Amino acid sequence: MEAKVRVARYDPDGNRDHHFDEYTVQLAENAMVLDALIDIRENVDETLSVRCSCRSAICGSCAMRVNGKATLVCNTPMSRVAPNGEQITVEPMGNMPVLKDLVVDLEVFWNKVKAITPWIQPEGPKPEREYIVADEHMQNLINTVQCILCGACVSDCTVLEVDPSFMGPAALAKAYRFAADPRDGHKQERLELYSQASGMWDCTHCFQCVEVCPKGVAPMDWILELRREAEAAGLKDHNGVRHSESLAHSVKESGWLDEAKLAMDSYGKFSDKLKLVPVGVRTILKGKMPKTGPFHHKRPGAEHVTRIFEELEGKHS
Amino acid sequence: MVFEHDVLIIGAGLAGLRAGIEAKRKGVDVAILTKVYPVRSHTNAAQGGINASLDEGDSWESHAYDTVKGSDYLGDQDAIEILAQEAPSDIIELEHMGVIFNRDEEGRLGTRAFGGASHARTYFVADITGQALLHVGYEQSLKYKIPTYNEFFATSLIYEDGAVKGCVAIEMRTGELHVFKAKAVIIASGGVGRAFEPSTNALICTGDGMALAYRVGAPLMDMEMVQYHPTTLPSNGALLTEGARGEGAYLVNSNGDRFMSTYAPNMLELASRDVVSRSEQTEINAGRGIDGCVMLDCRHLGADLIHSKLRQIWELARDFSGVDLVTEPCPVRPGMHYIMGGIKANFNGQVKWGESAGQSVPGLYAIGETSCISIHGGNRLGANSLLELVVFGRRSGLHAAEYAMTQKHANVGESRAEIDRKKITALLERPQASDMVGKLRMELGDTMNQHVAVFRDEAGLKTAVAKVKELKQRYQGIGLQNKGKVFNTNLLSALELENMLDVAEVITESALYRKESRGAQFRTDYPERNDAEWLKHTLAFQTDSGPRLDALEVTITKWQPQKRTY
Ligand SMILES: Cc1cc2nc3c(=O)[nH]c(=O)nc-3n(C[C@H](O)[C@H](O)[C@H](O)COP(=O)(O)OP(=O)(O)OC[C@H]3O[C@@H](n4cnc5c(N)ncnc54)[C@H](O)[C@@H]3O)c2cc1C
Ligand code: FES
Repeated sequence: MEAKVRVARYDPDGNRDHHFDEYTVQLAENAMVLDALIDIRENVDETLSVRCSCRSAICGSCAMRVNGKATLVCNTPMSRVAPNGEQITVEPMGNMPVLKDLVVDLEVFWNKVKAITPWIQPEGPKPEREYIVADEHMQNLINTVQCILCGACVSDCTVLEVDPSFMGPAALAKAYRFAADPRDGHKQERLELYSQASGMWDCTHCFQCVEVCPKGVAPMDWILELRREAEAAGLKDHNGVRHSESLAHSVKESGWLDEAKLAMDSYGKFSDKLKLVPVGVRTILKGKMPKTGPFHHKRPGAEHVTRIFEELEGKHS
Repeated sequence: MVFEHDVLIIGAGLAGLRAGIEAKRKGVDVAILTKVYPVRSHTNAAQGGINASLDEGDSWESHAYDTVKGSDYLGDQDAIEILAQEAPSDIIELEHMGVIFNRDEEGRLGTRAFGGASHARTYFVADITGQALLHVGYEQSLKYKIPTYNEFFATSLIYEDGAVKGCVAIEMRTGELHVFKAKAVIIASGGVGRAFEPSTNALICTGDGMALAYRVGAPLMDMEMVQYHPTTLPSNGALLTEGARGEGAYLVNSNGDRFMSTYAPNMLELASRDVVSRSEQTEINAGRGIDGCVMLDCRHLGADLIHSKLRQIWELARDFSGVDLVTEPCPVRPGMHYIMGGIKANFNGQVKWGESAGQSVPGLYAIGETSCISIHGGNRLGANSLLELVVFGRRSGLHAAEYAMTQKHANVGESRAEIDRKKITALLERPQASDMVGKLRMELGDTMNQHVAVFRDEAGLKTAVAKVKELKQRYQGIGLQNKGKVFNTNLLSALELENMLDVAEVITESALYRKESRGAQFRTDYPERNDAEWLKHTLAFQTDSGPRLDALEVTITKWQPQKRTY
């Protein structure tokens, strides 16, 4: 098979301009994108730098963007991204500075992982043998430890694009792994730590991490689990909790979202609520105030929505 | 720059991490240097599990005996006894450190069957056991605040006045060379799979630590013992765990027969790996294969089991062979997987040399796949490797820490890096040539896989020896296109190739030296095991004209050699 590859290049030792180089290489039929890159770097252009090791989607070295989307190139078949022999574009991961070509600086990424206290902290005397834990608990956790910390989710996270301080999907998925481990004795402190600013409540559910995760870990699902755990643990004094409660309440009572109230409810302190005044003024000036004005009306048929809520709440209680 | 630590560990796989934790517990200043981020290490690849005789009906003696028998009586029994005796408490400790092992109905650790074992004693985390263990090892290293020098590549050991005093390493991000001073150095740098093509091993498994130790005079032991795993994918050499057969999968030939009944009537698919690989190759050579493969059949295990306990290999078969294990059998063949040989060390990880390898090299330790503590002898049992990493990682960490406490820092300065710097500058300044690193590596891999594989003979081995010598010669003439400093992977591949060439030379010469068949070494010209002459380890010492080979007695405690059947 002929593979046409356009590769993002950057050489800090050379002229330091970001540009693309184009290569065409011959590969076996079932070749992966990584095979193309290895062929280029071994046989065509030895100046190309790529991180890779296991070739079987387990070490997490080879995350980068193919045609704009983060993935592990070692398990991305050429035939999937270029079914008709099209040229593909390979770039380094996003949300991280580039060191050279396809190699990015991962220090911030690792520091965020380190910040979640990523080791188990049992309390009390250790049992003589193993901790007795139901297999289903372990099976649930095994889903999270499938994460190989490749960084693909962080690369394509839309929150990190605007707020680099966000803990990010990889660290938060790992955080869940510890918070939910029945052997850990510090669940409450953990949930408090992960609830802080830049933590679990800053995810906007954009689904990017679920889509790009090459291991099917779906980090966002674990972030949502963390939120449930935090609320269940009584950690309700957070804008995020108020936000979701207000949202649910408004939809339940009126059939749709009361945006003005949602904003007001989300902030806990009066001084924070006051900060919304200029936002409100700007909303009016830009003509973005809802047609109903500041007054929120019940939608026709809202009682059906209310019934759905009551039905579900009944099931959960 | 010059960095200084009491104990320096080269390698952040599970062996290196476990050693670091123990040394730190002892209170010394320890650091780990690694060419990839710790969780990128090859320990990740281990799928199947880790052995221990924790079960009530099991015993350490049974585990030890299975290991001795699996080794074809070449393993050192003093070390094997320690391995089997200490396994249970080490597994429990791993569980306490946070490993999410699969459980049984009562919530206790659950086991699966593995090859060559008389009892189901393999503990596991789905089919990602190595990854699960490696990540926990890394977590613990963070807990213990052990500094890691990530993406630093060790280029030589500092050996002065009769002792090892540290190493020199390249910082990959800047291309700078640094001196690491240490009172003790533990090499935990993994295997050398990339000297073979294909191999189940990661691209980083290039035998660096073996070459570094060999060059300061430490012998490499039993290097001819190269394990071919029975179930690898033909396309890229990726491995489908023995755990699949442990869960009940079959091997069938082109006639649809479970051919293992001919070769190992009792253990069938779960005979030891050398036996199964040889059987497969015999079937294939006799024309009962399909495109050079036999079939691994998992269909009768059912979708639920496959998706829960064998999920990763289901993905691998899908991605690399386009096979759905739930509905189709998968073509597999023997593929290079593991090296039983390595740097000669004892059960505390102390590297040995001198007359009958009876003396310790002061300040030097080796553990994990890079070492030959001689647990595996001629053939490693599945799930004994991860175990060796924790048992001897722990023991060497403790021993090295205690040793370091008795030592002062040597007077080694930044100027020591100059030797390595000169060599690298010369390499970079050489003009471009037609021989590229990748090309030489491929020729090496093909040669090894052709002549130093499941079946060997003198003619083939001599061809391989000559070819490796030729490649060593040509290596002297290569030129690199990449002259840069930052992340120059071209330079690193060249250094890795140089290491692999030295190690490959030892592997082929050792295979030629051992004139018998034992474990993974099957010589068609010497098809029998010959205990009278060859119940011995091979030792290879570096000389200017290539390896000098010698033999060393095997340590036998309880189990006299017997005929081996499965
Ligand atoms: C596919 C596969 C499946 C396996 N399954 C099992 C199993 O089920 N059970 C089992 O027991 N075993 C299994 N094994 C074997 C086992 O995984 C390995 O033998 C073991 O993990 C090796 O660990 P290690 O700590 O010695 O080295 P590695 O994990 O390979 O780590 C080596 C370390 O050394 C560092 N390093 C190397 N060279 C340098 C250098 N020049 N400078 C600096 N750092 C360097 C690397 O960065 C890395 O951190 C399997 C192996 C493979 C390939
Ligand atoms: S090379 Fe290891 S994940 Fe791709």
